Amino acid sequence: MTRRALLPLAVWLAALAAAAGIAAGARYTADLSGFLPRSPSPAQQLLVEQLRDGAVGRMMLLAIEGADAGARTAHSRRLAKALRADARFAYVANGEAAGSARERELLLEHRYRLSPAVGAQRFTEAGLRAAIGETLDLIASSAGGIAQALLARDPTGELARLVSLQMESGSRPSMAGGVWASRDGTRAVLLALTAADGADTDAQEAAVAAVQAAFGEAPGASLRLTGPGVFAVESRELIRGEAMRLGVLGTVLVAALLLAIARSAAALALGLLPVLTGALVGVAAVALGFGVVHGITLGFGATLIGEAVDYAIYLFVQADARRAAPERTRAWLAEFWPAIRLGVLTSILGFAALLFSGFPGLAQLGLYSVAGIAAAALVTRFLLPHLLPAQLRVRDLSALGARFAVLSRAHPGWRWLVLALAAGAVILLYTGRDGLWARDMSALNPISEESQTYDGLLRADLGAPDTRYLVVVRAADEQATLSAAEEVSRALEPLVAAGALAGFDSPSRYLPSRATQVARIAALPDAAALRQRLRAALQGSPLRAERLDAFVQDVARARRAPPLERKDLAGSAFGLALDSLLLPGKALLPLRAPASGPNAYTIDPARVRAALAGTSATFLDLKAEADAMYSGYLREALALSLAGFAAIALLLAVVLRSAARAARVLAPLVVTVLVTAGLLAAAGQVFNLLHLVGFLLIVAIGSNYALFFDRELAQGEPSPRVLASLLLANLTTLVGFGVLASSSLGVLRSLGLTVSLGALIALPCAALFSARRADGR
Amino acid sequence: MTRRVKNLLGSALAACALAAAAAEPWTLERLMQGLAQTRSARATFVEKKTLRILERPLVASGELSFTAPGKLEKRTLRPKPELLRLEGETLTLERAGRSTVLDLRSHPEVAAFVESIRGTLAGDRKALETVYRLSLEGSEASWVLTLTPLEQAMRALVERIRIAGRGADLSVIEIRQANGDSSLMSVQRLPAP
Repeated sequence: MTRRALLPLAVWLAALAAAAGIAAGARYTADLSGFLPRSPSPAQQLLVEQLRDGAVGRMMLLAIEGADAGARTAHSRRLAKALRADARFAYVANGEAAGSARERELLLEHRYRLSPAVGAQRFTEAGLRAAIGETLDLIASSAGGIAQALLARDPTGELARLVSLQMESGSRPSMAGGVWASRDGTRAVLLALTAADGADTDAQEAAVAAVQAAFGEAPGASLRLTGPGVFAVESRELIRGEAMRLGVLGTVLVAALLLAIARSAAALALGLLPVLTGALVGVAAVALGFGVVHGITLGFGATLIGEAVDYAIYLFVQADARRAAPERTRAWLAEFWPAIRLGVLTSILGFAALLFSGFPGLAQLGLYSVAGIAAAALVTRFLLPHLLPAQLRVRDLSALGARFAVLSRAHPGWRWLVLALAAGAVILLYTGRDGLWARDMSALNPISEESQTYDGLLRADLGAPDTRYLVVVRAADEQATLSAAEEVSRALEPLVAAGALAGFDSPSRYLPSRATQVARIAALPDAAALRQRLRAALQGSPLRAERLDAFVQDVARARRAPPLERKDLAGSAFGLALDSLLLPGKALLPLRAPASGPNAYTIDPARVRAALAGTSATFLDLKAEADAMYSGYLREALALSLAGFAAIALLLAVVLRSAARAARVLAPLVVTVLVTAGLLAAAGQVFNLLHLVGFLLIVAIGSNYALFFDRELAQGEPSPRVLASLLLANLTTLVGFGVLASSSLGVLRSLGLTVSLGALIALPCAALFSARRADGR
Repeated sequence: MTRRVKNLLGSALAACALAAAAAEPWTLERLMQGLAQTRSARATFVEKKTLRILERPLVASGELSFTAPGKLEKRTLRPKPELLRLEGETLTLERAGRSTVLDLRSHPEVAAFVESIRGTLAGDRKALETVYRLSLEGSEASWVLTLTPLEQAMRALVERIRIAGRGADLSVIEIRQANGDSSLMSVQRLPAP
């Protein structure tokens, strides 16, 4: 090492330390936020909020399976009791009546503010007579339990009405042994809401651990959890495990390859230096640029191994071993670095296009790769030459290169064959264009289809809303929002009556607007008037007005009581419902599609919109929005990829100072992408975003090959040494992405498969196309 | 045992069959056996609810139908039409165009109460004895079965249930609540259609 190495070494160490510091302090996540847009439309914003902060994102579904029904019931009670005492959970429900005592109390306490039946008419003499008569009829019937017990306090039957309204507001889970169970009775089910946001994966992980600890060991019985937070924890684990496994596997394989050619531990360490630096700098860049690193981004670390190790391989293999150390690297830099630099630039340009993606996952991948490749290239250019041992004896691979050179002297007929293949691929892709792309985001979801199906089952068991259909009302403040929600509720009632909706929920059901509360309370007469009206109304009734002192007192108390406020409902099921339905500046009214009849499971948007005409509310089908969002990503990614490709073409044309030469470099790349896409489609792959990224990567990696052929052929015959280095670089790419293709995560697999197949085709393709120039000479 | 049967047979030969049956002591066992013979039955009912708070009882009337082992329907015609259907563990109430479904397993008090009637109709002693202490008085021609809840929690709601009958027919079901309210249901069996 020379004194001249000190500066680059110091810079490198400082950069490495800074990057390590940033990466160590970064926040890592694996929730759905990576799939949500950075600048969403209002509808998407809603989707994002629901998943990120809303009650939907905090929902945890628990299932106890195995053992017998009695044991499952006991476990359910025990688990619910433990979790109710745990501050990490805001709400736990398992169907036990004890769990709804507070809700009953709230309904009773605030019945005159909550009951939609309360109006001026109800407390007139005639209104009281009718209401009390109805209550007595109810007591005479079989359903009079509540009404009978509370007759003296609540003769107009407001509580019974409110309870039956609550029961209507959602489909109710089945029961077994006094706790919720699946319809088929094979599992006990519970619902929990975490205190922490769904997006706080660390808190979600703690909550999952708390549930598992509370459940403990139960012979024969098992606990299973689902829900957005649980899935975020699981996918983070999965991605972490995969990133680790793939990283280690890729590094080991590449290290073995490096050892095989460089035959020294020092060379191995040097070869891995650009890779590790690149990975660290990439993570740090993402942490700086996005504030949070998505797990999937780490999963792509393996891609960097395949790309960044190439630079060191070029140095090791291409540098002329016959020269002395300083002279050798200087010659290599002069001779080969321009071509490598151009390759680096094309790769960076390709990835830079992703930076503009509105899809954070892609943008992170873009930044990670740009920063990582730049760092790896800089380390190779400025640091490695100084550190290269004087007596590096690289295995002579010229013979291998010479054999490969055959390809570039191949008969032009082979080129036509490749072109015919590409043409076939174009036809195949064109005719199958309708089914070519995945239509929804599920392809990107790391959670297995089985888990997602199970989550759906539990949701059906629990009658948990899937919140697909929503009416949204917006207003300036909470009171205006509640008033608007009341107006929309009135507009929706006729649809429920007509059977177009099974029902809907509204925050105003739990917390009526101040104006509505005031109007209801204003309908309550004072004690003297009430007594007098009761006496008149109850003439001839078996109920005597004198018996209703408790009622008169309750009404008097209700008149004096302060208005019902949001904080009064905190910690109850109503408070929870309110938290998910009443957001700052807007209210959500989830609609339920009828479960039977001519409109089963569907809601006619036109009908809902017609009913909402004249209100400020909007109707949303969130599934349609999510699908639209995904196809938006896809269109954008396609446009960005094409822009990246155009930028690469432009760069080549400028640097090579010839459009024709740039076209000759690009031709094998286009052909490679087409043939790869055709083969994947023929194998039944349905393309998603990551396939698209893969195609971009093929162009980035393939351009290195094509540029070397271009450089070599400009000087005559391709040198066996250079060809050998290309073969090795190709091999490392195959290893890096081949490892990725073995991943259990669909996203990584799509990318790995695309790029490894592309790399396999790109090198011979570049060689074959370079032969055209050899011919032309 | 054989000797006893022989004796019984002997006396049966000596006297008429009715006399023989009457001679045998009237036990819970025999009542339940007799009740269990009934596979299905229909009856009209008049139910009077006496509440301490009310000056006079509330009256409802309608039809009952029972199909062994566990299906019970109570169709109220007056004062308001209503249908209460019990099948397995599911209680369905249809009233004023609305249908409410209740799972008995989640409402133990309702379940205990419903079980008292269904268990008696079905002659299911085992089911009854899981919830109540049973005591029988009277003769086959006029018996009274008293059900007292075993659980303190249940006793806070229902003090006791008395079911009166004749042979395998029920005639009166009286439910006394702990707060002093009570309900008296008179049942008139309808001939099989």
